[in-house]
Amino acid sequence: MRVRPLLIIVLVLLAALPWLVPAFWITQMNYIGLYSLVVLGLVLLTGIGGLTSFGQSAFVGLGAYTTAWLTTAGGMSPWLGLVAALTLTFLVAYGLGAITLRLSGHYLPLCTLAWCLALYYVYGNLDFLGRYDGISGIPPLSVGGWSLGSTDAMYGLIWVLLLLSMWATHNLLDSRPGRAIRALRSGTMAESFGVSLAHCKIVIFVYAALLGGLSGWLYAHMQRAISPSPFGLSYGIEYLFMAVVGGSGSVWGAVVGAAVILIVKDQLQDLMPSLVGSGMNVELLAFGVLMILVLQFARDGIWPLLARLGRAGEGLDPVRLAMLRAPAADLPSRARPQAGEPVLEVDQVRKEFGGLVAVNDISFTLRAGEIMGLIGPNGAGKSTTFDLISGVQALTAGAVHFMGQRIDGLGARRIAGLGLTRSFQHVQLMPDMSVLENVALGAHLRCNAGAWAAALRLDRAQEASMLREAARQLKRVGLDDVMDRPAGSLPLGRQRIVEIARALCSDPILLLLDEPAAGLRYQEKQALAEVLDQLRQEGMSLLLVEHDMDFVMGLTDHLLVMDFGTRLAEGPPARIQSDPAVLEAYLGGLDDTWGGPGEAPKEPV
Amino acid sequence: MDLTIALILLQDGIMNGAIYALLGLALVLVFLVTRVIFIPQGEFVTYGALSLAFLANGKVPGTAWLLVLMGVLVCVVEAGSCWRARRFRGYARTLGWALVLPLVLLALAPWAAGPDVPLFLRVLFSLALVVPMGPMIYRLVYQPVEQASVLVLLIISVAVHFAMTGLGLVFFGAEGWRTPPLVEGSVQMGPVAWSGQTFAVLATCIVLIGGLWLFFSRTLYGSALRATAVNRRGARLVGISTRMAGSLTFTLAAAIGALSGMLIAAITTIYYDTGFLIGLKGFVAAIFGGLVSYPITAAGALFVGVLEAFASFWASPFKEAIVFTLIIPVLLWRSFGSVHLDEED
Repeated sequence: MRVRPLLIIVLVLLAALPWLVPAFWITQMNYIGLYSLVVLGLVLLTGIGGLTSFGQSAFVGLGAYTTAWLTTAGGMSPWLGLVAALTLTFLVAYGLGAITLRLSGHYLPLCTLAWCLALYYVYGNLDFLGRYDGISGIPPLSVGGWSLGSTDAMYGLIWVLLLLSMWATHNLLDSRPGRAIRALRSGTMAESFGVSLAHCKIVIFVYAALLGGLSGWLYAHMQRAISPSPFGLSYGIEYLFMAVVGGSGSVWGAVVGAAVILIVKDQLQDLMPSLVGSGMNVELLAFGVLMILVLQFARDGIWPLLARLGRAGEGLDPVRLAMLRAPAADLPSRARPQAGEPVLEVDQVRKEFGGLVAVNDISFTLRAGEIMGLIGPNGAGKSTTFDLISGVQALTAGAVHFMGQRIDGLGARRIAGLGLTRSFQHVQLMPDMSVLENVALGAHLRCNAGAWAAALRLDRAQEASMLREAARQLKRVGLDDVMDRPAGSLPLGRQRIVEIARALCSDPILLLLDEPAAGLRYQEKQALAEVLDQLRQEGMSLLLVEHDMDFVMGLTDHLLVMDFGTRLAEGPPARIQSDPAVLEAYLGGLDDTWGGPGEAPKEPV
Repeated sequence: MDLTIALILLQDGIMNGAIYALLGLALVLVFLVTRVIFIPQGEFVTYGALSLAFLANGKVPGTAWLLVLMGVLVCVVEAGSCWRARRFRGYARTLGWALVLPLVLLALAPWAAGPDVPLFLRVLFSLALVVPMGPMIYRLVYQPVEQASVLVLLIISVAVHFAMTGLGLVFFGAEGWRTPPLVEGSVQMGPVAWSGQTFAVLATCIVLIGGLWLFFSRTLYGSALRATAVNRRGARLVGISTRMAGSLTFTLAAAIGALSGMLIAAITTIYYDTGFLIGLKGFVAAIFGGLVSYPITAAGALFVGVLEAFASFWASPFKEAIVFTLIIPVLLWRSFGSVHLDEED
């Protein structure tokens, strides 16, 4: 974590607060802390992962009821209650996540909504949980005979736990699994670098639920009595709103959101009766209207506005810079094939969509240290062939061998792990992440640090190696001057080069580039060609789909021309340029005036 | 349990299920056309039911005032966007439906609440009060954010639900109400008396579903909505305004919601916040159909209704818990059946 003076001031103020403000405000701070814990989970889940849950209050309730029942009816220690609460929350969240997260995005909110309602009625009707009266007489927390029953003691405990959770969340986001989580919204891109989307989703869902369970445990031992109402759906919705208002993309947004909503709601409860006459509980109305206005006019929330005020100009993060300079072990790299050895053997692959044959029995061999081009008119089946090789789509018939191993049917993630990396036709970078982090995502499969290690900062040595590798690849393609800029701020041409650096970071044996030169200006194309040529000299194999003929002819060793899914011609660029079948496909037939088949046309094709 | 009880429960279940089916269909329709998951559907149920109940008890319902209020807001917002675009054509139309119509209805309301007005006229009048709120809500809340993601639209829907529940409390008060049944009397069939209301509900549902089917298959506007549901951009390219489609869909949804409310209020007491749970049961049904299939939604709704009826007999306190937990096995079933498709457009 970057130690900033502002952060130190905030921490000192928090520590001194019980001596500075009246007890009422300490109680308020306790609630803010409890809410912030839950909202922090939502920041990760919704703001960063793009998954929405209305049911976080149900996890809070699960934590609270578990410990309440165990410590009253079971007479156990609250610390055992904590273990039980977190275990139960984990199991339930894991089960729910496994069912719902496989379905498309809007099912999770609906499912959590329904299950939050259901659980509320369960709490309210079970005898051993005290029905709607709830459970009272919950013991206070104590450490070695030292009671934590007072408001001030609880304040300390809640805020220490909250700050620790914020620290862990911050760490998690700034790590290998964190980059994968932040790339969740991109879908296939992350998957093709070996990120398991399903796993990432479960991790953040469970993480958010555990924070909820922790908050519930604290709540039960702070209040000493619980009833179903604070775990109902309206609180679940309120938590989500706190995340949205605070700015659901940042860790501090959780605290800001929780504090703002709590204080505004309190003020509304005081103010509304005097405005519209007593007896009318209309803060619901005001709340709903405020929420609509926030979402219509400030969808990013409050925190980004505050952060913009506080930060004077972006510089290189000193911690990250130090990390790059420090010596770090190299990442493991794979054995490379000898030049001329076959790397990719495509044998009679075929893809049919219903009656349409998109790829019709295409075969070719690509050797180490070779650049091969796949060209053809629009709709010739080039990108589909790419998808078949990289495992994004399943093939209808045929076989693909990579380094002697059969890879068709393995799936995109497994294939990526073998050293076959691809780029996409449209630039797929995470625009808000720095160039360096975008590139580091490429090295995902070369490391194994998990969420726990990341949250507790046990992954630093590996992280340093990853960042160093990313920096090395950026230098290789000549982008080391923009490492810390957000990727979205670069011009398109440089973004494409960033994509190549990211692909290189995965230590590939074979690179598949889908129209790398599309949309580039002349100089940018030349720079790109130089980079690719240099890679070839270093022994890399490349397969390109490209439309720009000058680019392809100057760069490749070998060309395959496709039309309507079938192979039209194959051979070195010079021969392809004069192939009559190719000319026919590209220019729609030739006049006799262009001379015989053996002769290249004077005009560029 | 004997056959008589089973039949009575079945009757209850089918009646409620038919109403959930209507709501579920409206939810699917709104989702397909506008991508909005329409949580506030339940509030239209409440507004419809309570408007009718007030009229039947000789009072002017709060919705008469609320409609004027919303209409004024629509006029203001619309004037703002006309001003920014420097284009005032069509504003007269806005004034007509959003200002003049509500004022006329407000002026007529004491008459509609008077004695000797037949029930079906009161039903029509209540519909006239509640249905325009559908397009008004669309104009005020959803149209400014029509490009937002499904999730943002969903959160906004929840906020609208909050606001409309609050408005319901302000304009109707906290008391619960019932409406007189649309059809009195009952018919003895087998060991059980089937109430006239059951037939009224079923007949209304069948007529409505048939009407919707005709609307979607035989009319130009119906085709336009279907086209928007299939492909928003494509629909725009052939000249279908997605705003018109959204507005029309919300009108339909409001009408279905309000009518369902009037049907169910003869069976259950309706409070200002009852609609939410009723609407959510429509959701459970819609999730059966994956938010896309009308027939599976209708079948799911009947199942939810019958399950609820039997659950209330065997495990009354857990009735709601059982109905809403049902969503989890349904999702499990769907997750095995469907290919994983990630996220929206």
